[in-house]
Amino acid sequence: MTTLAIRGGRVIDPAKSVDTIADLLIADGHIAEVGPYAGKDASETINASGLVVCPGFVDIHAHLREPGLEHKETIASGTRAAARGGFTTVCAMPNTEPPIDSAGMIEFVLRTAQTQGAVRVLPIACITRGRVGKELADLAELAQVGAVAFTDDGAPVADAHLMRSALEYAGMLGVPVIDHCEDAVLSAGGVMHEGWVSTRLGLRGNPAAAEETIVARDIALAEATGSHVHIAHVSTAGSVSIIRQAKSRAVRVTAEVTPHHLTLTHEAIIDAGEAPGGLAYDTNAKVNPPLRTQFDAEACAEGLRDGTIDCIATDHAPHAIQDKLCEFDTAAFGISGLETALGLALTALSLQEAVRALTIGPVRALGLDARIEGLGTLSAGAPGDVVLVEPEAEWTVEPETFASKGKNTPLAGRTLHGGVAATIYDGRIVFDGR
Amino acid sequence: MTQEKLGPPTAPAVAEPPRAWTRSHLLDVDDFAPAELEVVMQTTDAMKEVLGRDVPRVPALRGKTIVTLFYEASTRTRASFELAGKALGADVINISAGGSSVEKGESLIDTVRTLQAVGADVLVMRHWAAGAPYLVARHLQAAVINAGDGAHAHPTQALLDLYTIRNHLGDVRGRRVVIVGDIEHSRVARSNIWSLLAMGAEVIVCGPPTLLPAGLRSQKASRPTVEENGREAMALPPVQVETNLERALEGAEVVMTLRLQKERMQGGLLPSLREYATLYQLNEERMSRAQTGALVMHPGPMNEGIEISPGLASSLQSVIEEQVTNGVAVRMAVLYLIARGTKQ
Ligand SMILES: [Zn+2]
Repeated sequence: MTTLAIRGGRVIDPAKSVDTIADLLIADGHIAEVGPYAGKDASETINASGLVVCPGFVDIHAHLREPGLEHKETIASGTRAAARGGFTTVCAMPNTEPPIDSAGMIEFVLRTAQTQGAVRVLPIACITRGRVGKELADLAELAQVGAVAFTDDGAPVADAHLMRSALEYAGMLGVPVIDHCEDAVLSAGGVMHEGWVSTRLGLRGNPAAAEETIVARDIALAEATGSHVHIAHVSTAGSVSIIRQAKSRAVRVTAEVTPHHLTLTHEAIIDAGEAPGGLAYDTNAKVNPPLRTQFDAEACAEGLRDGTIDCIATDHAPHAIQDKLCEFDTAAFGISGLETALGLALTALSLQEAVRALTIGPVRALGLDARIEGLGTLSAGAPGDVVLVEPEAEWTVEPETFASKGKNTPLAGRTLHGGVAATIYDGRIVFDGR
Repeated sequence: MTQEKLGPPTAPAVAEPPRAWTRSHLLDVDDFAPAELEVVMQTTDAMKEVLGRDVPRVPALRGKTIVTLFYEASTRTRASFELAGKALGADVINISAGGSSVEKGESLIDTVRTLQAVGADVLVMRHWAAGAPYLVARHLQAAVINAGDGAHAHPTQALLDLYTIRNHLGDVRGRRVVIVGDIEHSRVARSNIWSLLAMGAEVIVCGPPTLLPAGLRSQKASRPTVEENGREAMALPPVQVETNLERALEGAEVVMTLRLQKERMQGGLLPSLREYATLYQLNEERMSRAQTGALVMHPGPMNEGIEISPGLASSLQSVIEEQVTNGVAVRMAVLYLIARGTKQ
């Protein structure tokens, strides 16, 4: 039996409120023991002194693009990017081509991940057949083969009646419904946040209210059905406050925020230093929901601290170069986010807050611990998924070095603090950056 | 018939671009200093003199190649640039998005690479997407002149409007200029705001809230619009916003009205053309609130009977035709200032 000991690190396990110097032993792909002298006789030992040792990060919102869009990302490249970012579990979004709306498609994702993936992939299935918002997909069958949630992310369910049915049906199955909250009529044509930057650049704005009206609708439907709705990528102060009120009434709502909505604003689109004419029109900062104001970013961080928002999710959205090297209006939405998530999280949050938001936070938000015991923790018997973090490390974002095929990030050249020293998945080192 | 009468055969009216001019592109006038605007105005005077000659041509840009690349139809702006380029002796090549490789789904970047290979010195481009000329300027070695990008900017229109106003009023400092209509979708209004403010004018924008840009209209919304770091105040032009046209016109010395696109009704932004005309049509009666002899301007093409009454459009106060004439001289000035800097 191979055993791996990680010795002398500062172990942070938010699920058990642990923050102490300790050794950790992984045996046979599972956490065997955490304690002062764990793993003295392990077959392999990592000296983690000076490093933080925490449960492998869990991303519940990543676009791995396979099948159909392999020029943007594959399950192989996306899971390598995940490992490089400290993630050992990623939930794959179903907006592929064709979309993940049948048992066969779920099985394809699981099989491909099994043979080619660097880390664990948990598939999310569509709410509606073909992701077109007309009729429900075969939700029970999808749940049975392993869908951990349902979403039409990117093409939000406009029909409130259908959304209500989805919540009722998914509630019977005990599977959460994730909604990308956007009133597509109100946001029509919008390519960035509606505000002073959109006015300055002459670009069509997507107003905060387009998100908030649907957050309010979904909460009303969750309250009416008693089912669990999870709000994807919250981006506005108004959404945070609506969710906060709902949670105070014990509505079954959870929410996530992306690292970029916590730390960047719409000003990223206009800024570029040396750009001719002084206006950048930076397509790498074009994302949906759009980067909003400082006021919104701070409200999201506050929401994460007070528990209104449950976790960070990357909304990793890799694209090919030509998808971004074009007019701002025609550029694809999305940021390649797996490899900068920790650095950005540590920009907005303390180390303990960031680790919680990347581990037990997302696991509990989607109820993943009911499927995989101990996921997101370092409890004995939990998966042998561990990340070693160097919290003070200073590094420069160089997209060309990304493991992801998507080099699309507005952070190129930016200095971030907090690096991943190594990622261990299933008891094996899958990324070593030491 | 002598050489003198045709003007010096090689020298343009202005020998060298004045030192205040250092730009290699004209993307917008949002960052123009008053001295730079002065340079354009003076160069335009010289170009107007050229256009008044028997043979209205100078070889100032002989050997230069100007390419006009239009992704949106515009007969008058393109013709104005073409006349301007030819009057300066340049070779002018027109490419439209219809009927060329552009139509077959070629990306803007690929088109730019082709133009690079062709050896264009100056690219005059119009595009439906805001910011497209900025992208091109980053990737093309040639000079780029923005002939209108989406709802963002139309710098040569702003320059010709400023030139026209100065011809009538002289210094614009402290003058009250009202821009009426669809400000949200108007690149003309947006560029004019910057150049007029730079020269010290007082600018009032007027229209229904649905046609005002979000950044200007949300002043009454409860959501905070001023960013923590105060950048908004610096980045948005300090204009006055007025939804009541009568009030806006009080004491105005220049009134510019904008073309109303009929799509605005389908877009749910306006109830009807009739109601728009009732509230916002510029007519003789309303103009009585402005100062006597106030200038009436329109960037064209006009919808007479909607944003402007036919009587006012052809009145003595109207300088609309003069705007078109000045357009060629201003574009000659801009082409001259920009192209002189490009390598031989
Ligand atoms: Zn989404």
